[in-house]
Amino acid sequence: MTPAAPRRAVVLGGNRIPFARSDSAYKKASNQDMLTAALDGLVERFELAGERLGDVVAGAVLKHSRDFNLTRECVLGSRLAPETPAYDIQQACGTGLEAAILVAGKIALGQIEVGIAGGVDTTSDAPLALNEELRSILLDANRERSTQGRLKQLLRVRPQHLAPAIPRNEEPRTGLSMGEHQARTAAEWGIAREAQDELAMRSHLNLAAAYERGFQDDLITPYLGLERDQNLRPDSSLEKLAKLKPVFGGSDGTMTAGNSTPLSDGAAVALLASEEWARARGLTPLATFVDAETAAVDYVNGREGLLMAPAYAVPRLLERNGLTLQDFDLYEIHEAFASQVLSTLAAWEDPVFCTQRLGRSEPLGAIDRSKLNVNGSSLAAGHPFAATGGRIVAGLAKALHERGGGRGLISICAAGGQGVVAILEA
Amino acid sequence: MDRYTQLVNTPIGRTIAKQVGLPKPVPLKRHVPGAPVVDGKVLLGGAPGGRLARPIAQVLADAGADVATPLRPDLRAAAAEAGLDASPWTPKAAVDHRYAALVFDATGITESAQLEQLHAFFHPTIRQAKTCGRAIVLGTPPEAAKKPAERVAQRALEGFTRAVGKEIGRGATVQLIYVEPGAEDQLAGTLRFFLSPRSAFVSAQVVRIGTAGGKVASDFDWEQPLAGKVALVTGASRGIGAAIASTVARDGAHVVGLDVPALEEDLQAVAGIGGSALALDITDPDAPRAIAAHLRREHRGVDVVVHNAGITRDRTLGRMDADRWNAVIAVNLSSIERITDALMGTHPPGRKAVLNEGGRIVCVSSISGIAGNAGQTNYATSKAGVIGVVNAYAPEVAKRGATINAVAPGFIETQMTAKVPLPIREAGRRMSSLSQGGLPIDVAEAIAWFASPASGGVNGNVVRVCGQSLLGA
Repeated sequence: MTPAAPRRAVVLGGNRIPFARSDSAYKKASNQDMLTAALDGLVERFELAGERLGDVVAGAVLKHSRDFNLTRECVLGSRLAPETPAYDIQQACGTGLEAAILVAGKIALGQIEVGIAGGVDTTSDAPLALNEELRSILLDANRERSTQGRLKQLLRVRPQHLAPAIPRNEEPRTGLSMGEHQARTAAEWGIAREAQDELAMRSHLNLAAAYERGFQDDLITPYLGLERDQNLRPDSSLEKLAKLKPVFGGSDGTMTAGNSTPLSDGAAVALLASEEWARARGLTPLATFVDAETAAVDYVNGREGLLMAPAYAVPRLLERNGLTLQDFDLYEIHEAFASQVLSTLAAWEDPVFCTQRLGRSEPLGAIDRSKLNVNGSSLAAGHPFAATGGRIVAGLAKALHERGGGRGLISICAAGGQGVVAILEA
Repeated sequence: MDRYTQLVNTPIGRTIAKQVGLPKPVPLKRHVPGAPVVDGKVLLGGAPGGRLARPIAQVLADAGADVATPLRPDLRAAAAEAGLDASPWTPKAAVDHRYAALVFDATGITESAQLEQLHAFFHPTIRQAKTCGRAIVLGTPPEAAKKPAERVAQRALEGFTRAVGKEIGRGATVQLIYVEPGAEDQLAGTLRFFLSPRSAFVSAQVVRIGTAGGKVASDFDWEQPLAGKVALVTGASRGIGAAIASTVARDGAHVVGLDVPALEEDLQAVAGIGGSALALDITDPDAPRAIAAHLRREHRGVDVVVHNAGITRDRTLGRMDADRWNAVIAVNLSSIERITDALMGTHPPGRKAVLNEGGRIVCVSSISGIAGNAGQTNYATSKAGVIGVVNAYAPEVAKRGATINAVAPGFIETQMTAKVPLPIREAGRRMSSLSQGGLPIDVAEAIAWFASPASGGVNGNVVRVCGQSLLGA
């Protein structure tokens, strides 16, 4: 039998729990708790209880070693059929969107009919590890055959070995935090503080408006007392944002706690299927998952900014689909930092970047900013790393469907100098 | 490196010099064959409306430079067109970077108020210049400006670059290059020279580039610009002359080294650099004819003529006899005129001149000829006369696609200056922005730049190789 030609994969909807600020509402919730909650909300919304789905693909960036099979454990804990297979992936902040790419790919190839993609992260219930020296001593003791030998090894333990290894928010190869990396990129592209604050304010106002008009009603299931994203400030203003002190890039830096995403906890999932499956269920596809691209940059040698990979991924995706940057009705550019969004847009307008680094004959040009992150993005909602992709895929699909059709672009930057981007169409 | 420069660059010497406020010369970086034109990031800026961003970007791209430009559409477009992967630059980013060169196109400045563009560009960056860095401003020759206000503003650039030269420190140099409208494609040779360590001891100079030269071929060999050329170097046996001979030989030329018969033994060294020797006294009445005949017979003409031979016979004027006066004028000035005339002569009519089409004449003047020097009335007269030669012959040689220029060395470490009494010698070294004497190679590199086929637009210039000596204009 020859495999069928690729077919459409469609987004049917999604579900997430409200995102909480770190060490707050979800401080006692584990990744497994939150992802299971998000899955169960989706099961409820799309009546999937007891169903065997093709795949559930998800992941977490900060993950306990015991959670080696996190997604499968969540499926077993959910109301999905226990016969539903699942696997974990991890691509930093690109995890959620990459999961959707994998699910959509299998659907397009006819390998599965329906699947769930998503992610979860907690910065509160963080995986503290054993002190590295203590770990080494314990392993040595374990290798000893006699009790005497083991005791000898254990006597090497010192009080300082009680200090745990804490996960760090820094790039292993540069020793710089993501914020410091982005501060350099922001300085290089001359991204002004005011422009960043304005983007942050619009994120809050747009997300608040989305909640007000009920847009989030079928995208969110309340969890542990939260009904809305905890980080959302509907009364955000330029004046308030202007008062904040820089947190990255030194004392004259432009990046503050207001225009950078806070550490947060949460989970999000999206439901993708073939058109046939959707039709059989009487479900209306919100959008087609058209195509996707992942890029990576050499930030280690300073050739490119850590978070600039989407600036490379998008042109490649456009090229393959015969589109220009202006051929979109909505843009979802993940707001890791306001300056990340603005640096990316600046690069696309720059003749040097576009000709020399992208190899194009001319710049991609500017976008209509009124089409950008129209329902708010990570600056307002928060950014539990792996959960962001699921939030955006479901949200953009719904927004495209709601406006009666159109094309949307997703761009997500990720640690390690990576970027994941995708096109949805309704 | 002189002993003081060595001392002041030790940790303890540095501390003492700083506390006592002594000059702080740094060892100057000099050209090493095969090294890149510029080692480090070049920041290219300009006043809006300028016409040189594109040609400058092209030179930088061809030189393989690592470039940054401010995020202004015209500059970004210029970089993009030149194929430069220029990183974007903003004043905020400036603090994190060190620049090997700051290059500013000032041709867009058409009135004095716009001189603020100089401040806007250099204020946040000047302290970010690397050790032995470069600051280069390019303008329109005031005399070529369209309106009085533009002429005023362009003339003002000179005061700026000279003052920056005195401030910048740490072995860095500053230049002003006036580019005549239409000469935009003549920039490469000159800009490369001033960006590179070849111009180590040249600072605060004003160079004019005109439209006379032809376009430099895209496959031009910058390592061997004089390949296949013949160069006559007078006074080639010792000191600066020997350095000139080996430098133009390095650049690919066959050197005909000329010196007086008494120094013939030293002169044979030019054979070692693939050249040939010509021993004669240039003040001999028959010398010009003999030189011309030799060059015509042995080499079918000459491409580069370096009038380097010179002598000193120092005395204060009241104590100077006529012999001392006459000898210096004869060697340093009159012989240059006579030899040049002979090489350019086309007698009988229709006969090709010895100086080939596109030839290069380079004279060696002196800071004494510009500023004057006690005990050197004869020498200063002769060397000022050399500048006169450049001025007088420039229009004439231009008609043949040739050029004539001069270098004016300041304090150069040679056998001659080693004999100067220590206090005067020390004063000569330290009384300059670079706080040290130059080396013969510094003079030779400037001459090699003038001599290059890529310097066709450079005619009638006098460039001092003096580390911005405080003497003279």
